[in-house]
Amino acid sequence: MARDRRPGLGFGRWALIAFAGAFLALFLVAPLAIVFEAALAKGVVAYGDALAAPDAVAAIELTLLVAAIAVPLNTVFGLAASWCIAKFEFTGKSVLTTLIDLPFAVSPVISGMVYVLLFGAQGLLAPVLAAHGLKIVFAVPGLVLATVFVTFPFVARQLIPLMQGQGTGEEEAALVLGASFWQIVRRVTLPNIRWGLLYGVLLCNARAMGEFGAVSVVSGRIRGLTDTMPLYIEALYNEYDMVGAFAVASLLALLAVATLVVKSLFELRYREDVAPLTQPARV
Amino acid sequence: MQIALAQHDGRAARRSVIPGFGATLGIALLYLTLIVLIPLAALVLAAAGPGIAGVLATLADPRVAAAFRVSFGIAFAAALINGAVGLVVAWVLVRYRFPGRRLLDGLVDLPFALPTAVAGIALAALYADTGWVGGFFARFGIDIAFTPRGILVALVFIGLPFVVRTVQPILADLEHEAEEAALTLGATRLQIFFRVVLPALLPGVLTGMSLAFARGLGEYGSVIFVAGNMPGLSEIVPLLIVIKLDQFDYAGAAIIGVAMLVASFAILLALNLGQFLMRRRHGA
Repeated sequence: MARDRRPGLGFGRWALIAFAGAFLALFLVAPLAIVFEAALAKGVVAYGDALAAPDAVAAIELTLLVAAIAVPLNTVFGLAASWCIAKFEFTGKSVLTTLIDLPFAVSPVISGMVYVLLFGAQGLLAPVLAAHGLKIVFAVPGLVLATVFVTFPFVARQLIPLMQGQGTGEEEAALVLGASFWQIVRRVTLPNIRWGLLYGVLLCNARAMGEFGAVSVVSGRIRGLTDTMPLYIEALYNEYDMVGAFAVASLLALLAVATLVVKSLFELRYREDVAPLTQPARV
Repeated sequence: MQIALAQHDGRAARRSVIPGFGATLGIALLYLTLIVLIPLAALVLAAAGPGIAGVLATLADPRVAAAFRVSFGIAFAAALINGAVGLVVAWVLVRYRFPGRRLLDGLVDLPFALPTAVAGIALAALYADTGWVGGFFARFGIDIAFTPRGILVALVFIGLPFVVRTVQPILADLEHEAEEAALTLGATRLQIFFRVVLPALLPGVLTGMSLAFARGLGEYGSVIFVAGNMPGLSEIVPLLIVIKLDQFDYAGAAIIGVAMLVASFAILLALNLGQFLMRRRHGA
């Protein structure tokens, strides 16, 4: 660290560190801290009661259900998309890669709205749905669709650069040795990409459980039926039930902190296997 | 092995022998079409319903125009703040070693991981005049939460990681030779920063700011809790879309949505074009 010993560097350095630390404390640590402070404002018993309320339990279960459907769907898609993009050359490949990133460029509200326009009461497919007695929007399928949309690129954009970097040599070797497609996937490719895959699934899950804007548009806002945790938080907050709102929020904040911790460990250990979150979307 | 296979089929060396192309491409295209492309096409279709006159009438509505002014203006202001602060944070995290650096570095991604509704109610509690931070400013007669300043706070929160995470790798790769050369030529530290370091980082800062701006335009969850949501003053475009949907004005909501999409694509396109021109000018 030769540059640190240059004369006169001490004060400016500590001033900058203090500024950055203070800013991050004010903008990042304080919001996180106040979630737990407000959740426990009336004691541990009130906190526990808020989380044990039947509507809270229903919201937690619904959030888990939606994520349990959306994340595996996007994982299968991510694996298929990265396989064909990373292992093969074909025309339109860059267009496909760009389109996969598209949901990241769309406001969450619009991500939910597109399904209302398709399946809503005055939507394009409303007559078809009515004829078959199906309900998608303002019901659980709409929540799943909106969540799938906003978390669409997470797994694919982790795996594409990773698999491109690994090339096709090992798969070709396995093929020559007589392996079938599924054997290659299971015994060669999946072990090679497992950390990148897990990282993508982790981020996908965090976003799926925390999504608010997109699901708020497609949810019927029926307490206990179509309110996921973020929507339930909003409902409690608007009723000035602060302990309740922040108690449920504290669970999502814990999920966020756990995601960050695991993510940091991944980035330390498997630096080559993970792509940054903020790759500019390509147009 | 690769070479042997390529020689064996020299005519189509690019054609892969690996199985599964048709099936995986089929799944990817089908899923992409069903989940993303058809719904977005429905959006454009719904927006086109009222015709040109209807589109213009919707966008010229004073409430809609005001929401666009609020969203663009505050997202831009937040991007400027994030450009400056993000540069300092990235600088500190890359160039200095101090206790707690790892923790701060991991914390930078918090806005990506924290659900927006949680961020929204936390910021509202923090910046209300009864909150830790809002209470301090309230003593000087400055209200933050439930005013346009609340939107600014939320968008700074949401956008900060974009600049930090774009600048960090560029700063880490920056050669020290140029700075050392400038130092031996008698440049002051400020001169070195503004004439040597900043020009190298500027493309990264601008990229991060554009990403933060695009994200800020569409942000909903963290904003609506601290905004106050007064039409014409602190009502953002995504909220207006939700209001129109609640009123079953699907066409109006779709028109505003398409206008927003066009705006954010234009930003990303300009960004890519800018990077392309910058790369060409530097001959890399």
